[in-house]
Amino acid sequence: MKLGAILPERRPAWLGPLVAVLVVYAVFAVLTPDTFLRTQNLLTMARQTVVVAICALGMTMVIVTGGIDLSTGSLVALTTVVVARLLKSGYSPGVAVLCALAVAAGVGALIGTLVGRFKMMPFVVTLGAMSILRGGAKGLADEQKIDCDTKGLEKLLSADLAAPGLWIALGLAVLVALLLGYTKFGRHVFAVGSNESAARLCGIDPARVKILVYTLSSLSFGIAGVMELSTLTVGDPTDSIGLELDVIAAVVIGGASLAGGEGSVVGAVLGALLMTVIKTGAVHEGMPSWTQEIATGAIIVMAVALDRARRSRQVGARR
Amino acid sequence: MTDAGAAPAVLELAGIEKAFGAVSVLRGIDLDVRSGEVHALLGENGAGKSTLMRILLGAESADRGRMKLAGEAYAPKSPGDARRAGVVMVPQERTLCLHMTVLENIVLGLEPHLAGFVRRGEARSIAERALGLVTGVGRRIALDARAGQLSVADQQLVEIARALAQGGAADDASGERRASGGHVQGVLVLDEPTSSLGHDDAARLFTRVHALKAAGLAIVLVTHFLGDVRAHADRYTVLRDGKVQGTGDPNDTPPEQIVREMLGRELEEQGRAAGGSEGASSRHEGTSSRQDDVLLDVRGLGGHERPRSASFVLHRGEVLGIAGLVGSGRTELLRLIAGLDEPARGDVDVRADKGVGLLSEDRGGEGLMLARSIAENVTLSKRGSFLAMPGRILADGARWIDLLSIKASAPSQAAGELSGGNQQKVQIARLLREDYDVLLVDEPTRGIDVASKAQVLALVRDLARRGKGIVLVSSQLDELISACDRIAVLRRGALEAPRAASAWTEEQLLLEASS
Repeated sequence: MKLGAILPERRPAWLGPLVAVLVVYAVFAVLTPDTFLRTQNLLTMARQTVVVAICALGMTMVIVTGGIDLSTGSLVALTTVVVARLLKSGYSPGVAVLCALAVAAGVGALIGTLVGRFKMMPFVVTLGAMSILRGGAKGLADEQKIDCDTKGLEKLLSADLAAPGLWIALGLAVLVALLLGYTKFGRHVFAVGSNESAARLCGIDPARVKILVYTLSSLSFGIAGVMELSTLTVGDPTDSIGLELDVIAAVVIGGASLAGGEGSVVGAVLGALLMTVIKTGAVHEGMPSWTQEIATGAIIVMAVALDRARRSRQVGARR
Repeated sequence: MTDAGAAPAVLELAGIEKAFGAVSVLRGIDLDVRSGEVHALLGENGAGKSTLMRILLGAESADRGRMKLAGEAYAPKSPGDARRAGVVMVPQERTLCLHMTVLENIVLGLEPHLAGFVRRGEARSIAERALGLVTGVGRRIALDARAGQLSVADQQLVEIARALAQGGAADDASGERRASGGHVQGVLVLDEPTSSLGHDDAARLFTRVHALKAAGLAIVLVTHFLGDVRAHADRYTVLRDGKVQGTGDPNDTPPEQIVREMLGRELEEQGRAAGGSEGASSRHEGTSSRQDDVLLDVRGLGGHERPRSASFVLHRGEVLGIAGLVGSGRTELLRLIAGLDEPARGDVDVRADKGVGLLSEDRGGEGLMLARSIAENVTLSKRGSFLAMPGRILADGARWIDLLSIKASAPSQAAGELSGGNQQKVQIARLLREDYDVLLVDEPTRGIDVASKAQVLALVRDLARRGKGIVLVSSQLDELISACDRIAVLRRGALEAPRAASAWTEEQLLLEASS
């Protein structure tokens, strides 16, 4: 009885993914201790996670409202193209990045308006946006990569601990976690996803919440696009095809429900990290790439299945 | 059942009893329905009508008693059995697949097929015959129209056609029988068919019901509308507390007597004795009702379907009751006042500084986030500062759990795990926390236990005494009379002028609402 009073009523959603990351990491560390445990390898994995993790911050908010965003990869590619073109035209990196982020946020506001005010299905709206943004990126880049002097942007994700990109990603994660967990806006995001009618009954405007959510999430895809440019060092309109699926997988592994009302920023970041660890570990082990794909897929399904089982047990225990 | 048309009663029920655990719901029901008649089944909620119909349709089996259909023993083990015997029901809520065509809806589950492929010609002729039975010649409903494009009234006719098709009334065999004898066999149960229809549509529906009756169907009409019963039923039977309280020809019986049979003399007197004293005492204390301090002025308010028009004034410190049958537009009226739906006409003048709050009748669907914690539900608000610290939310939740004595393990417990009464208190806590001046309270005691009911009603009175204005909608007439200062009746979408609660009896309220 006493123990029950001390322990939290619910395990935090990110506990599962954290255990999974540690276990998978330990397994690969034992299998290939000489290469996998090197600091350099840790840094590489962290850098490879940055883009997916930053996108997952925004996607978590979208999925908590009960929505989905399929235009992530296209928006990331568009951002690399916009920044590269502006740099090539002689603008400073600061101006180029700010303009690209403004474009991304504008796209998000538009998607949010269609979903929120016009009550269109997020799946359909963002499926359309996926195609439109990809086409726009290709048009803007004349269907080829844009070479440019990245004027320092390439250092964002340089291969050392001082790489600003790593710290920006971490800082953003903390910021979004606080926004969702400790602000009125965060409460409203969860309320809209949990029961939109109840939220409306309490005077909350679900459309306004959704517009803000899609704007912020597209902004996060834009920031991820800048990080992507820093590793590519060119603007590539065909980059990041299918990225959104990795991002959605990370969010779901992190404990979110596609039905809305549930999700964890910390869990999503850990989910992104888990997929990187599997990929990297498999490479170190010399496993063929198809086995990584199977492993990642199996983990997604397992994560959701375990979550279901845990929940039905909880409900069963209470009855 | 080929020559059952000649028998006096096509359906006979004798001594039907049914108990769920220790609760006995039906205590010996006798009922007979004749071929070619409309037999109205009346009774308040909980009288046992639904259980009786479930037994008739094979969804439930009787503990004791026997049923006869066309002179032969009838004991359906499933709704499928009942359908095959020709006993079908059109439920109160609409069950059409709105994206599919009328034809597809009518033959749904009956599709004649060859190796899995639908035989379209045959399906069409079944649907045509069934729809023809219902709409007669010169029908206005196209078989290939989408069900969703039809008016509610036409959808109702399609539902009836589907029920008849399922009961075999549109089979080739019975078609031949019809050709020879002009008779359609079977029993059709209509559950509250007009509750969502306007006056003209209801009249049109009954024209068709009369035609079906003339064709030989036995029709059981479950309804609350006494007016419909008097105009369209050949006989009526009143159920109360699982027993038949009266039966006869509705045109030879004064409506007051039918209402008395429904409410029950002794029960009503008990209710008035208990509710009256409590109500009177709280009303005495509640004299803070200030006639000059108007919180709400509603003028000619109407929605797109219901309500048609509503006007009233709500003062500070008073509880205004709204009585009306299911489907009369009570919930819709509250939603219009709360600003959740756009009014089609009229306006609401809110003179309350702190606004209007609504307690939804649909706790799970609209009122609460069932998967989230009590604390989050109570504190969900448009207002508040930018920061929302979890610790403070939990403390706030704990305070309200304490204030309203909500039975919960912790403020972090999910709202969906609470009992109905405690969920209701969570909703109320949220309204109180917002400190609205006007509370619109929709069916606050639905689905909660007796003790919680009394608590919730006492809370409503108490809030009025402390200067709130309250609009209370309830199907429980005794509840309205004991808790309200004034009561207005909503009849087929039109709100009548409120009168003092002490001037009403349950009988009068029911008579007014159902006439």
